[in-house]
Amino acid sequence: MKVRFLVNGEKKTFEVKPDEYLLDTLRNNNYKSVRRGCETSSCGICTVLMDGMPVASCSLLTAKAEGRHITTVEGIQEDAELLAGFFGREGADQCGYCNPSIALACYAMKRELKDPTDEEIKAYLVGNLCRCSGYSGQHRAIRAYLEVK
Amino acid sequence: MEEAYGILNDGGENAVIGGGAWIRMLPRELDAAVDISGLGLGTIKKEDGRYEIGSMVTLRQVEMFKPFSELFNGIISKSAGAIMGVSIRNIATAGGSVAGRFGFSDLIPALLALDTSLFFHARGGISLEDYMESKDVGKDILTKITIKDHEGRGWFHTMKNTSLDFAVLNAAVSNSDGRCRIIVGARPYKAVPAYDAMKFMDECGGKTPAAIREAASIAAGELKFGGNQRGSREYRIELCKTLVERGLSEVFL
Ligand SMILES: Cc1cc2nc3c(=O)[nH]c(=O)nc-3n(C[C@H](O)[C@H](O)[C@H](O)COP(=O)(O)OP(=O)(O)OC[C@H]3O[C@@H](n4cnc5c(N)ncnc54)[C@H](O)[C@@H]3O)c2cc1C
Ligand code: FES
Ligand code: FES
Repeated sequence: MKVRFLVNGEKKTFEVKPDEYLLDTLRNNNYKSVRRGCETSSCGICTVLMDGMPVASCSLLTAKAEGRHITTVEGIQEDAELLAGFFGREGADQCGYCNPSIALACYAMKRELKDPTDEEIKAYLVGNLCRCSGYSGQHRAIRAYLEVK
Repeated sequence: MEEAYGILNDGGENAVIGGGAWIRMLPRELDAAVDISGLGLGTIKKEDGRYEIGSMVTLRQVEMFKPFSELFNGIISKSAGAIMGVSIRNIATAGGSVAGRFGFSDLIPALLALDTSLFFHARGGISLEDYMESKDVGKDILTKITIKDHEGRGWFHTMKNTSLDFAVLNAAVSNSDGRCRIIVGARPYKAVPAYDAMKFMDECGGKTPAAIREAASIAAGELKFGGNQRGSREYRIELCKTLVERGLSEVFL
C-alpha cells in the first residue's frame, strides 16, 4: 500500500506492507538516525515526533502516519546541537546510541511543558533508556537545555 | 462504522486496530486489521453530565485532559499516566486499553472506581462492571467510554517493580457521598470490585482507622490472587491489605 506523509517537512510517498511499522519504513528509506532497540515498546530508542509529539516508531503502524508530520533528529538540528553542547559539558553521553531519541523527546517536552519540575522532567522521560551513562549527567544537561529560552 | 463492523465480522481472523501498539506484540496473524482512525472517535467531550472519551483517544490525551486531573482527585489522569512512557501513551488508545480487559491494566481499576459505561457499535451501552464480567464479548467495536461527572474523593496506586513493568498489584478507591468503591487489579487477574469490603464500609457506622483496617482485610480475603514472576500470591495479599487501607484512609479520613 502507498502511504504519504511529511518527513522533516518534505513530502514523501512510501510503498509499505500493511503490517509495517514506522521504524522499518524509516530505516528502509535511509533515515538511519532512527534506531532500533528493544522493539517491544520499552526503550524509546526509536522515538520520532508525529505532529510534534514523541511516538515510539517501532509501535506505530506506518499506515497511521498518513498525512502527518514526522520529525527525526535531522529536523531539529539547531536544538540537537544546543542539547549536544550541554551533554558534552556534563559528560552525559558515552556511546551516543540513545542521543537522537532523547534529543527529540526533550525538544517535544520543551514545547509541551512550561517550567517543568525535576519530577515532571523525569516523568516525561520515562521509557527513554540509556544503557551507558546513568541519568544524573543527562538530567543536568536537560535542565540546562530547558532553561534556554 | 457499518463497513468496519462488516469487515470485522466477515468470518476471517480480523481485529480492530486501536493504536496498534499492543496487538503488535501478540503472536497472531490477521486476515484484516480494521483501522478505525477515520471515524471521529478521537476526542473527549462532556455531554449530559458525563465525560465521553472516544475509543481512539490516546492514553496521553486522557492523562492530559484537564478535568480528569481534578475528578476524584485525578485518579483517571494518574492511572493513564502510569502506563509506559509518553511515546507509547501517544499511540495506545483508551478503547484498546479497555476493550481487551487486560489483567495488568492500570486504567480499568480507576474507571471501575467511578460510574463508567461503555458503548459498542452493535451491542450498545453496558456498564464497565458488567462488561468486565461478561462471558462472551463477541467481535464488536467500542466507540466510547463515558464517566459520570460527580463529586467525590478518589485514590489510585499502582505498585510496579520498575516504571515500565506491569503492576504487581494496583488499587483504586472512591468515596462518593459516603458510598465506597474498592477495586483491586493486576492480582494478576483482571480488576474487580471487592464487594464484601465495600458493603462493610457502606454499613459500618464510623469510618474509623480500625474499620478501614477491617475492610482492607476483608478485601484481601474475598479476592482471588495468584503468583507470577512479579510477586507471589502471599505478597499480593499483603500488598492488597496495605493499598486498600491507604486508599480508604485517603478518601474517608
Ligand atoms: C509494552 C507495553 C506495555 C504496557 N504496559 C501496560 C501496563 O503496565 N499497564 C497498562 O494499563 N497498560 C499497559 N500497556 C498499554 C495497554 O496494554 C494498552 O491498552 C494497549 O497498548 C492497547 O492499546 P492500543 O490502542 O495500542 O490497542 P491495540 O493494540 O490496537 O488493540 C488491543 C486489543 O484491543 C482491541 N481493540 C482496540 N481498539 C478497539 C475498539 N475500539 N473496539 C474493540 N476492540 C478494540 C484490538 O482488536 C486488540 O485485540 C502497555 C502497552 C505496551 C505496548
Ligand atoms: S525500539 Fe521502539 S521502544 Fe525500543
Ligand atoms: S549513551 Fe549509550 S545508550 Fe545512552
